[in-house]
Amino acid sequence: MRDIAIVAYHQSRAVADAGACNEVEMIMPVLNEVYGQVGINNAQDVDFVCSGSCDYMQGAAFAFVAGVDALGAVPPIKESHVEMDAAWALYESILKIRMGSAESALIYGFGKSSPGELPIVLSQQLDPYYLAPQWIDTVSLAAMQARLLLEQGVITERDMAAVVSRSRRNARQNPNAQLAGDISVDDVLAEETYLSPLRRVDCCPVSDGAAAMIICTEDKAREWGVPYALIRGIDHRIETHHIGMRDLTDSASTRLAAERAGVGDGPVDVAELYAPFSHQELILARALGLGEQTDINPSGGVLAGNLMMASGLARVGEVFNRIVAGEAQRGVAHATSGPCLQHNLVTVVEKA
Amino acid sequence: MANLAAVVGIGQTKYTTKRDDVSIAGLVREAAQNALDDAGIGWDDIDAVILGKAPDMFEGVIMPEIYLTDALGCNGKPMLRVHTAGSVGGSTALVAASHVQSGAFNRVLTVAFEKQSESNAMWALSNPQPFSTHLNAGAGGYFAPIIREYMRRSNAPDDVGIKVAVKDRLHGARNPLAHLQRPDITMEEVKESFMLWDPIRFLESCPSSDGACAMVIANEELAEQSAKPPAWIRGVAMRSEPTMYAGREEVNPQAGKDCAADVYAQAGITDPRRDLDCAEVYVPFSWYEPMWLENLGFAPEGEGWKLTMEGATSLDEGGDIPWNPSGGVLSSNPIGASGMIRFAEAARQVRGDAGDHQVEGARLALGHAYGGGAQFFAMWVVGADKA
Repeated sequence: MRDIAIVAYHQSRAVADAGACNEVEMIMPVLNEVYGQVGINNAQDVDFVCSGSCDYMQGAAFAFVAGVDALGAVPPIKESHVEMDAAWALYESILKIRMGSAESALIYGFGKSSPGELPIVLSQQLDPYYLAPQWIDTVSLAAMQARLLLEQGVITERDMAAVVSRSRRNARQNPNAQLAGDISVDDVLAEETYLSPLRRVDCCPVSDGAAAMIICTEDKAREWGVPYALIRGIDHRIETHHIGMRDLTDSASTRLAAERAGVGDGPVDVAELYAPFSHQELILARALGLGEQTDINPSGGVLAGNLMMASGLARVGEVFNRIVAGEAQRGVAHATSGPCLQHNLVTVVEKA
Repeated sequence: MANLAAVVGIGQTKYTTKRDDVSIAGLVREAAQNALDDAGIGWDDIDAVILGKAPDMFEGVIMPEIYLTDALGCNGKPMLRVHTAGSVGGSTALVAASHVQSGAFNRVLTVAFEKQSESNAMWALSNPQPFSTHLNAGAGGYFAPIIREYMRRSNAPDDVGIKVAVKDRLHGARNPLAHLQRPDITMEEVKESFMLWDPIRFLESCPSSDGACAMVIANEELAEQSAKPPAWIRGVAMRSEPTMYAGREEVNPQAGKDCAADVYAQAGITDPRRDLDCAEVYVPFSWYEPMWLENLGFAPEGEGWKLTMEGATSLDEGGDIPWNPSGGVLSSNPIGASGMIRFAEAARQVRGDAGDHQVEGARLALGHAYGGGAQFFAMWVVGADKA
């Protein structure tokens, strides 16, 4: 299987409310940034474009159609879209390159979650007959998962607080973070619970923003003459929707995807995990087999800013940034979708 | 160079106004099971599932792959959800094919569906958006002025659309899965049906259907071993252009022309009318047959309607290039599945497995889907032979 090079990545600053800025206005600056990184003019200079977004973020059908307006798709382009996080748009683009019908691809994801109540909106991704009518929000489901972990003694509240404290501290070095600062484990534990056992700081913020990436064959990367990192493995797995049938204290699908992507084939210097709730980072780190040697979420992760529909792609981008900066040789990026980590994608990125 | 891939199993549901005997999960499961049975394989033989449907707002289920994981036997497998407006059924098949053509997977299942009886498409399509002009028109209202412009430019007689409406329903009457079963339909009846969006009459419009379509796509080695003849994927193409831009040609969109040229080049087609044996083309409103005949290169610009009127696209009139022998979108329209049905029906033809709507001796067929305001296109060419 041919390796795929990541040659450019950029994300917008995560903000709580982008105001009157529409989707095209959110997407265009990040696209222009990645075009600039490889020295191309627009989407006409890549062979394939794929995006990830969700109509329910903006509350109108065909949200992605607006995205095409940001591309300069005249003359027409080869373009596709997944109603998923853009990490899966990356996956689709890799298949396109591997089948030989493209040498390069532009991937972007965007979400403007601020106009709605995201945890309630996402309740409508549950079984439409038995669960969605109860409007069970994502935070409540995550709280139930955290409770199971605590009661089975898998983790402690102090462990969760340590995740939050580290995220905020790491985010101070991340200019795109929405939440950053010095907050000690004891400070976290002193906060009131929100949906027990979760405190507000255990939950990712709601953010608006976009992210974009350009990938290509290694030959193309050399032609462009820009620093690049290689995608050595990528795999995703989904598991049952019936929460009662899953062991919520583990992530079987992450474990399987990690195995297929080859996470264990070498040391992992850095990992960026899409954990919208602090306890989920602990589940994921265990499922991925990460140990002391791995720097987890040096960007602060999504607890510091969660660009819905782009956060998964952003995790890959963050690992790419560390590798081309020479801070890491090999890293793992994770993306998730669905309640309580139902669907997980794992990417292994290495120094070229 | 892409690895060879072929359709080795096809499953559909009977299209109808309301499938109140099954849930959404039951509907997709039925199509998927039919496809597995057709391929002579079981759930364990599937490596990944690729799901497509039109906007989530139709049924109100966000990212339905999450809920449909169990119904589609996907626990522990990769599952991908494609959404490219009305072309989604076609795009989904193409993304599924890329799973095999890339060499990453041996055999995948792809499913597309719409349960319009549990949705409100007109509402979902007309929902006002904060930063855009409110069209409040639905699909028919959007396309009617474009059709009028086609009529003006081409000087086509008024009854071309009526002829297509009758032709496709007569085709549909040969297909037991088609939603509308109207073997007795007449030109007069279509003409007398009420005007919805001038010039589109009620009987010149697609119905609103519940249904799902599924295909099993396999690599060369598995396809060669398959029990029934495979439909080899000979070309795949997608194109998009913006909804609106200065100088956009809406009657004969550039994206459609480019997409067709791309897929024909891959399949070695130089004259589509001569080289192809039939085509399943997304025609939700009758006049889109002559318009797409031109856009897809079956007729010179301004002359597509002549093929229709001569009966060239009619199975019943012994036409040389039957279009929509299954009855097309005018006979069945589960929106998100409609594109995949075109792709699957093209494959049925070259497998020689299309029953009473079989085009005799079909060896090469086009599957076509379009979406949005006709700015998204997906096409494939399938053949009885590998090359």
